[in-house]
Amino acid sequence: MNDFIAARSQMALSLGFHIIYSCIGMVMPVFMAVSHYKYLKTKDEVYKNITQAWSKGVAIFFATGAVSGTMLSFELGLLWPGFMKHAGPIFGMPFSLEGVAFFIEAIALGFFLYGWKRFNKWFHWATGVLVGVSGIISGILVVAANAWMNSPSGFDYVNGQYLNVDPIKAMFNDAWFAEALHMTIAAFSATGFAVAGVHALMIYKRQNITFHTKAFKIAIAFAAVAAILQPLSGDISAKDAAKRQPAKLAAMEALFKTQTYTPLVIGGIPDTAAKKVNYGIEVPGLLSFLVHDNFKQEVKGLDVIPKNEQPPVAITHYAFQLMVATGMAMMGIAILYFIALWKKRSWLFKKWFLKLFIIATPFGFIAVEAGWTVTEVGRQPWIMQGIMRTADAVTPMPGIQYSFYLFSFVYFTLSLAVIFLLSRQIKMVPELYDK
Amino acid sequence: MLTVVILFLCFAILLYFLLGGADFGAGIIELFTSDRNKNRTRRTSYQAIGPIWEANHMWLIIAVVILFVGFPNIYTQLSISLHIPILIMLMGIIARGTAFSFRNYDAIKGERTQNLYNHIFVYSSFITPLFLGIVAGSAISGQINVQATTFMDAYVYDWFNLFSIAVGLFTVALCGFLAAIYLIGESIAEKDVKRFILKAKVLNILAFVCGGLVFLAAEIENVHLARWIFGNPISLTAVILASISLVLLWITVNKGKRFIARLFAAFQVSMILLSVGYRHYPNFVLIKGGANLSLLTDHATDKTITTLGTALLLGSLLILPSLFYLYYSFKDRNREED
Ligand code: HDD
Ligand code: HEM
Ligand code: HEM
Repeated sequence: MNDFIAARSQMALSLGFHIIYSCIGMVMPVFMAVSHYKYLKTKDEVYKNITQAWSKGVAIFFATGAVSGTMLSFELGLLWPGFMKHAGPIFGMPFSLEGVAFFIEAIALGFFLYGWKRFNKWFHWATGVLVGVSGIISGILVVAANAWMNSPSGFDYVNGQYLNVDPIKAMFNDAWFAEALHMTIAAFSATGFAVAGVHALMIYKRQNITFHTKAFKIAIAFAAVAAILQPLSGDISAKDAAKRQPAKLAAMEALFKTQTYTPLVIGGIPDTAAKKVNYGIEVPGLLSFLVHDNFKQEVKGLDVIPKNEQPPVAITHYAFQLMVATGMAMMGIAILYFIALWKKRSWLFKKWFLKLFIIATPFGFIAVEAGWTVTEVGRQPWIMQGIMRTADAVTPMPGIQYSFYLFSFVYFTLSLAVIFLLSRQIKMVPELYDK
Repeated sequence: MLTVVILFLCFAILLYFLLGGADFGAGIIELFTSDRNKNRTRRTSYQAIGPIWEANHMWLIIAVVILFVGFPNIYTQLSISLHIPILIMLMGIIARGTAFSFRNYDAIKGERTQNLYNHIFVYSSFITPLFLGIVAGSAISGQINVQATTFMDAYVYDWFNLFSIAVGLFTVALCGFLAAIYLIGESIAEKDVKRFILKAKVLNILAFVCGGLVFLAAEIENVHLARWIFGNPISLTAVILASISLVLLWITVNKGKRFIARLFAAFQVSMILLSVGYRHYPNFVLIKGGANLSLLTDHATDKTITTLGTALLLGSLLILPSLFYLYYSFKDRNREED
């Protein structure tokens, strides 16, 4: 494995690991705040138990999120010094504000986790809310930094020099809004479906039904709304990408030829050499419509992009399809849930209905990982779209593959440990919370 | 604004050293505690650092962010030359943070798993500050070689030298010392207090020995440490103040004034950092051959520094009061609960 590929793989691995914990870190505090609120209002002990059971699980995720995030802030320099040297001062604004948000989150978390019975109950509740709010704000901020890589702004690039740096403008670059919106919604649907799925499984197994039903309802309420909004926000993202990064859009859609009445290709195996997609289903004109709101207008294909500026087509295309497929499935389930809620209450306890949620447990996280693959692989070969190539940013140190193996080992072990601990916590629910 | 940013950087490094250091120290003490007392030590330190460890570690993040936003040349140079020790330190951080929370949040407290977490926790508590110290020592050792042509010169000998390693050991000893002083204040039983006082004494002596090692290594490696520290009035004053506060520290400990003892310990360590730091300010990374990286010249454009400084000032308005309240709220936790 050469150093460049190793560095990219290590970055992808670390980010792919961290994103799971950050989604949970953003969303679980919100869920906990809701059940905590219900407890304070109704005095129903079950809600208190749910809040405490969740907060124990979340503590594990928080610690893992915090350490993997710490890794990342060093890895940016360890792996991409050529990039950070120039980018640091320009896209640093969101990172410095993020630092502030994390700090507040960590303080609030201390109060929340260790503050049961110590403080005024509403103060204690508010610290939990603050954990969620600062988590979401920090998520939005990092994504703004990533959006800047897709749409560099806030400086003038003259003869290899980065002049007239304006960090505020860099933070509010063209891409940040669509990305931050899509990501925040994604965090809710991914975490929501995962949590709902775990509780659905317990209901399915007829264990602690009151406890798990109440927990399920809180999680799915957020997840279902988010899953319905997700494709709408995805449409904004796609329109945005088409404007900023036509190469990325073309790779996502495996669109080799620029054309009018552009079809949308669903599925299929892109053949880069022959420049066509085999076995795909074509819906005529749909891509033109999705990108430009009319069935006719031309969409740029890979043929207008110089060969050495094209991203890997197959990975980007598959990842995009996977995201959209899981997204559509989650939207479908969400709609069924609302139908059940309003018209067919009896479904809620049917086995097939619970099974849907059990199957959908990982869908949101699959979509998140796939979506990030689209964004990041679709940006290649650029680390900073149109300005700096990833290959020019990588560290001069040889032997990065060993560091990659090390990280792979660590993240693999940690994932196993987290799964192990979580399953033990779920196993203990009857003993701890079911008297 | 540059001054504000530099002050924040120094402040963040100092606080990480004091708070994060005490936190590492708790693990180091556990490593050197007899099996009989391990559980008690563990409980005391969990109660003491549980609520605040995440916040303590944020100072590291703040320092790193200030470096990469405000001083990108420094951040990238350190990342390149000290890749390996930073990597090891990161492994320590990840192992330690996760083991600490796993052992407290594992729903089933089985003996084998708890033992495993404990082992990981104590060894990583030792490794992390060791390599943190090595990174810091290397930055000022003047061994960072930007013209190297071989792998060893470029990526290994920058930090694999007697001086850096001695600084690493010294850091470990100081962390243990800080933690012992901190835990004296957190213990209730007379027996525990005595135990931690003894630990503090041993670690104090160890810190002296390691400090001596640092000087010795400096002489061997041609680092002009003695000249830096004794050659200018401010550093000299700082060293003298550090020594005085050490004496006062032991007097207050013996009188049972736990809170004041902590202040003296913090003050003493701050003075040690000041005495070394002052002499090469504004140079932050000393490079072989002399092209040092300085906080005053190797910074980002003024506009970036201004926004960074503003963000830090506004942020601290939010952070500092709540942080104080956090420490205040949990400071007497142990004594209440027993
Ligand atoms: C639960 C997760 C999830 C779901 C169901 C979807 N996405 Fe997504 N998508 C993400 C999670 C995500 C993400 C992981 O959050 C990304 C990566 C970067 C970003 O901003 O969001 C993303 C990126 C992303 C991008 C690239 C944006 C860019 O590079 O600037 C596009 C075009 C879409 N999405 C479009 C869609 C469409 C049309 C969907 C229709 C169903 C969809 N996404 C569902
Ligand atoms: C290069 C990219 C990234 C860096 C350098 C980074 C850095 C960090 C750091 C240092 C922490 C620890 C904070 C603490 O101690 O509490 C953290 C946690 C977190 N990160 Fe990231 N992060 C990155 C990507 C992301 C992304 C893409 C998101 C979200 C969309 C995100 C959201 C979060 C959240 C919500 C937390 C707090 C939750 C938790 O502690 O579990 N991060 N990150
Ligand atoms: C947490 C969510 C994220 C995930 C899952 C993710 C995923 C990835 C992947 C798959 C790659 C490798 C692409 C390739 O080499 O083909 C990558 C590269 C990279 N990402 Fe992200 N990314 C995330 C967020 C971010 C953020 C917030 C930043 C920075 C602010 C960032 C900075 C980078 C950098 C610097 C690289 C290496 C250079 C490159 O390959 O272009 N990423 N990421």
